[in-house]
Parts: sequence; structure tokens; C-alpha cells
Amino acid sequence: MRSRNVLTGVLLGAGSVAGTLVFRRRLARRQERVDVYFGDGSMVSLAKPGEAEPLLRRARQILDLAG
Amino acid sequence: MDAAAALERLREISSQVRAAVIFERGGKIVGSTLGDEGRAKRVAAEAEALLDDAEKRRSGATGGAEFAQLDVALRDGSVFVVRDGKRLIVATTAPEPTVGLVFYDLKSTLRELETKPKPAPRKRAPAKSKARTTRAKKPDAKS
Repeated sequence: MRSRNVLTGVLLGAGSVAGTLVFRRRLARRQERVDVYFGDGSMVSLAKPGEAEPLLRRARQILDLAG
Repeated sequence: MDAAAALERLREISSQVRAAVIFERGGKIVGSTLGDEGRAKRVAAEAEALLDDAEKRRSGATGGAEFAQLDVALRDGSVFVVRDGKRLIVATTAPEPTVGLVFYDLKSTLRELETKPKPAPRKRAPAKSKARTTRAKKPDAKS
């Protein structure tokens, strides 16, 4: 009986960890960001609200205009 | 290939692209999937401004390298801008597109635009009809 309880606890714990990982990964994907690539192969990623906001605003405008 | 044909092909090969405008810096519209020219111009102007903002961020980080492409991921969709030579293409997609694939399709579209269509095969001049040389019937030896 006790081993069964332990197994249930372990399964619940593993499930919640896996669920959190999936949720966080999805959340990260949905995060609004700007990736700029340059001719020399370098890339700048802007995700912080302060630095990315002006570009995000323009992109939203483009999405609205394009429909 | 002309812009309309290149954009038509883009729509065929990429189901993720919703709308696209090909333009040059300064606001010259080369082609667009948007029916309205005014809307296409506004989209191009916004894309150019977006590009200017993005290029300001490169200083320090990437030296003097030229802008190549960018993507902006938003909750309602994504915006892509790709440059090839003097031409640029701005495209919108649904949320969470396959970024690499969209970049590839947009770049291909711009490159197709550069390729000149093959000249139509020249019509052959009708073959000169050879003057018939009919042999004069040999007088029959018997007759």
C-alpha cells in the first residue's frame, strides 16, 4: 500500500514537472520578439519590452494593414 | 520572371504566407499580393521604417554588416522582411510559422525576380522550297 502511494506521488511529481516544462516552452515561443540577421551571419535578438517595443509596434501596424 | 508571377508562385509554394509586398527603398512598389496599391505603399513604408529601426540596433553589436533579413514574432502573426540586392520583400504569416522555411521562400521569390525570362524561341523561317528539278523525261528508247 505504501509503495503504491510513493509511486503515485512520484508520477504526480514527474507529471507536474513535465507539464511546467511544456508550458514554459510554449510561453517562450509565444513571447513577442524581434530577430535581426546581418550579412556577415550575425544576429541580434530583441525580446526585452523596452528595446523591442518600437519595432513590435511597427510590425503590429504592418499586420493590421496587410489584414 | 515578373513580380506578379513571382508572388503567385510564392503563394503556391508557401501556405504560411498571408500577404507580401515587394518594394525598393524609397517607396517604389515592385509587386504586391494586396489588391489596394495604397495599402501596399503603407505596408512598404512601415517595413522600411521597421528596417531603419532594426539597423540602428546593429551598431556595436555587428560592426558595419549590412542588413539581410528580420522576423518579428507577435501573438497575432509574424512579420518578415528580407533583402536581396536593392529589392526587399515584406510578408506576414500566421502565428508561429516555420521561420527558416519562410525566409527561404521569400529569398527565392526575390531571386526569381532577378532572373530574366528566357527569350521566346525564334520562329523558324519557312523552309525555302527548293526549285523542283524535274528531270525531263528521257525519251523512251523504245518509243
